[in-house]
Amino acid sequence: MNDNPPTSGTPIGRRLVLGMLGLGAAGVAAGPVLQRAVGSVISAVSRQDPTGLTGLLPDSGGFEYYSVTGAVDAPTDYRLTVDGLVDKPASYALADLQALPQHRIVHDVQCVTGWRVPGTPFEGVKLADLLDAAGVRSGATAVKFSCFDGTYRESLTLDQARRDDVLVALRMQDKPVTHDHGGPVRLYVAPMYFYKSAKWLSGITLTSTVERGYWEDFGYDTDAWVGKSNGRDDAPTS
Amino acid sequence: MPRPADPGRPARLPRFTPAERWAHRATATLMMTCVITAAFLYLPQLAVLVGRRRLLVVVHEWAGLLLPVPVLVGLASRALRRDLGRLNRFAPYDWDWLRAALRRSHRRRAGKFNAGQKVFAGWIAGAALVMLGTGLLMWFTDLSPLSWRVGASFVHDWLALAVGVVVAGHVWMASKDPGARLGMRTGSVDPLWATAEHPEWDPYEDEEADEEPDAESAAR
Repeated sequence: MNDNPPTSGTPIGRRLVLGMLGLGAAGVAAGPVLQRAVGSVISAVSRQDPTGLTGLLPDSGGFEYYSVTGAVDAPTDYRLTVDGLVDKPASYALADLQALPQHRIVHDVQCVTGWRVPGTPFEGVKLADLLDAAGVRSGATAVKFSCFDGTYRESLTLDQARRDDVLVALRMQDKPVTHDHGGPVRLYVAPMYFYKSAKWLSGITLTSTVERGYWEDFGYDTDAWVGKSNGRDDAPTS
Repeated sequence: MPRPADPGRPARLPRFTPAERWAHRATATLMMTCVITAAFLYLPQLAVLVGRRRLLVVVHEWAGLLLPVPVLVGLASRALRRDLGRLNRFAPYDWDWLRAALRRSHRRRAGKFNAGQKVFAGWIAGAALVMLGTGLLMWFTDLSPLSWRVGASFVHDWLALAVGVVVAGHVWMASKDPGARLGMRTGSVDPLWATAEHPEWDPYEDEEADEEPDAESAAR
């Protein structure tokens, strides 16, 4: 018999499988420490990398692009409507929003999947100002947000919506919000996980109860305070 | 050495049974589904093109969960079990093969599988199981404490990169070797290719082992 019979010889294949399992378990155990160490190196390198290739590595410290629908078309005539349980429903063009008092706040952005972008400036109209202008009726307890991607939706309680660190953002990182980041107008809820900060904002509706958002239907927390929800312990962002 | 074609023997040598080829095909399809959905979930340039995050996540999760199934089902095939045994075991000439590969020498002895294929098979099997385990930890967030999930996503992200490179290498090797592809596509290979690439392989060894029940124990 010329071929090596399967029952003799060193079982290298089995050792490779067991070795990978051992390395994987060790990596999971040491992951939090390793991620911090590797992440700081990679993000330092990727900030100075003109090719941008290191930005494609894990933990390189940038924003990631999430969209829940297919290609999102940029609107030719952007409008933001405010309706529901209000005295004066309104419809704002982008120029109308730009003419209102602008507020700039700088906080970390924390995604529920783990990535965090430090010190990101957002600028725009306080959501509270738009609510006051519309005249919230007494039965309203919550605010529902809809988006021109046609699918995404979010919500806040009225108390959360009136916070100073909740903006209808027109600028992000000191530039107009780009299409990929949810421009021309997105929500920014500084103290919560970033899925609350709906992109491509097109509608604000006052409702009598909190209606769950898109990801919340898949089990994410509706009250999504950073570090106090979704089973995570990240440092608070605001 | 493969025997010269004598009367009654086909001109091509049998290498893989239909069960093995279907297990390979199904595994390859699931693996490519995992790799492609991962790329569209992970690379911003690709994510911008398709969006549909929830759909991609669901397809990725199920393709990953099903990844081991073709081989597990294939274990019902004796030929596949025997080939897994061959992939597992290193003969002395396999170490020579690895040394020769490092020196870029082409004089390499190999059985039915060369040492490179054996290392690939063991590594990718282990890596797939680690990806499955870490993937399940991230999928079912209630299963484990947060630090495990952070560790799981760390391992899953970096190992995904390595798996991508290694699978690309596997496809690259196949693209350079039409004789090997013929074996995986049709089940049989050219005897000249077998002599050149797998000189220690006896394609009829399994048949002989089946004919003589004590052949395997005699070989020990």
